[in-house]
Amino acid sequence: MNNHQITINRWKDKIFYWYGLICTVSGVLILAVFLYSIIIEGWDRLNWQFFTSLPSRRPSSAGILVPLLGTLWIMILTTIIAVPIGIAAAIYLEEYGKKNKFAEFIEVNIANLAGVPSIIYGLLALEIFVRIMGLGRSLLSGALTLSLLILPIVIVSTREALKSVPKTIREASYALGATKWKTIWNAVLPSAAGGILTGVILAISRAIGETAPLVVIGAMLYITTIPTHPLDDFSVLPIQIYNWLSRPQKGFIENATAAIIVLLAITFILNGIAIYLRNKWQSKVKW
Amino acid sequence: MQAKIISKNVNVYYGTNHVIKNVSLDIMPNEVVAFIGPSGCGKSTFLRLLNRMNDFIESFKMEGEILIDNEDIYDSKIKVEELRKKVGMVFQKPNPFPKSIYENIVYGLRIQGINDKKYLDSVVEKTLQQVGIWNEVKDKLHQSAMALSGGQQQRICIARTLAVEPSVVLMDEPTSALDPISTATIEELIYQLKKQYTIVIVTHNMQQAGRVSDRTAFFYMGELIEYNDTRELFTNPKVELTQKYITGRFG
Repeated sequence: MNNHQITINRWKDKIFYWYGLICTVSGVLILAVFLYSIIIEGWDRLNWQFFTSLPSRRPSSAGILVPLLGTLWIMILTTIIAVPIGIAAAIYLEEYGKKNKFAEFIEVNIANLAGVPSIIYGLLALEIFVRIMGLGRSLLSGALTLSLLILPIVIVSTREALKSVPKTIREASYALGATKWKTIWNAVLPSAAGGILTGVILAISRAIGETAPLVVIGAMLYITTIPTHPLDDFSVLPIQIYNWLSRPQKGFIENATAAIIVLLAITFILNGIAIYLRNKWQSKVKW
Repeated sequence: MQAKIISKNVNVYYGTNHVIKNVSLDIMPNEVVAFIGPSGCGKSTFLRLLNRMNDFIESFKMEGEILIDNEDIYDSKIKVEELRKKVGMVFQKPNPFPKSIYENIVYGLRIQGINDKKYLDSVVEKTLQQVGIWNEVKDKLHQSAMALSGGQQQRICIARTLAVEPSVVLMDEPTSALDPISTATIEELIYQLKKQYTIVIVTHNMQQAGRVSDRTAFFYMGELIEYNDTRELFTNPKVELTQKYITGRFG
């Protein structure tokens, strides 16, 4: 290679360095600008009254109590429904299922399900949960819908976590006289817990940001009763935000931005917990 | 004296690959037997026959008979979990569970449903004493075993194996991932354990086989080439192939 060629390659190197840097920074920058404008607009609205009030026709006396509780309810119910099913399915597929055509078929379908637009899940849920099962436009219907939505994510991430448990751990357990089930329950799952938990939390944080499928099944835009039972009507934060943003009054826009801050805070906290758990587990478990 | 482990005309196939060829060998109680031979000679495969760890390999097929305490361990009536309690195993790389030292030791007991704290405490102390690590770890029993050094981890793994009270301990190159000092402590430990257990050890290291074992078996290409008193095998090998191997002319 001659000197000229080396100079050109060095230049290419530099150009790519700057290009990459700009790409990276622009993503972060856009997020920062977005956060800044949201916080400037909504921060003053975040007071006790905002958190504890029911919806109202006047923006200044409206609050997010109902959708906030709805979001918490949905979070808990979805976790209770989706996590055991997802983990059990993943254990079956990863540990018990024979590697045959049927398993391949299931696998491809789970991967496909993860890519289905969320509104489709809403339509399915409207027919099955709301109408056929007669659960109505309830919290339970909403949680079941979101469970469907995040099941593929929980299954895929749990399988990844199970896969990452080294063979030597399983062998150690079998060599001590453990059955397959005991090995999975006592050795593999605890070793994979960090990865599973991380996946579950990220899935839940995805679920609480979903709007479309809940709109389809008929979550309420305007509801003045606090949900106390899984079969109660409900609203959630994203729907409240959507509702407020569609109003003409300036005050409601301000309310919406404040609610966005709350929703973002919840997601960031969940993601933060996921990252913390992952790091903690990684430092504890070195294979 | 009745042999502890008897293998008769054992053949093993992985699919069409014939990996153990007609191996017959006996191991006496409280004896340390070393398996040596170049990589891929079948010594680990043979070791894993003794606690049926090859069962997990889908294409695995075995012919012949292996008796431990006069029981055919491949008989369909044998519960493989019971067999593995009797025939413990220590692996090449220390593989503690990502749990506390204490929980590592009592793992084999807990899965049997034993949860009596007093009993578990006594087992933990006894086995950690046995492997000579009690004084080092007694104040941190509830800390993660993953935080220990490699040599300590391997001794925890041995203690964990002893906790379920096996009578045979299989060791698959137990020191190959350890430094020389840890290796020496493990070898010393093997010498101690021999009083209570029958030990079968696979090793790449011929000096180690010479130091720890009573008898040595030399495997080559799936065949048992020579099996004799360790001193005899190393000083006066009967087969030319053995001599070539122990003098380092191939391997």
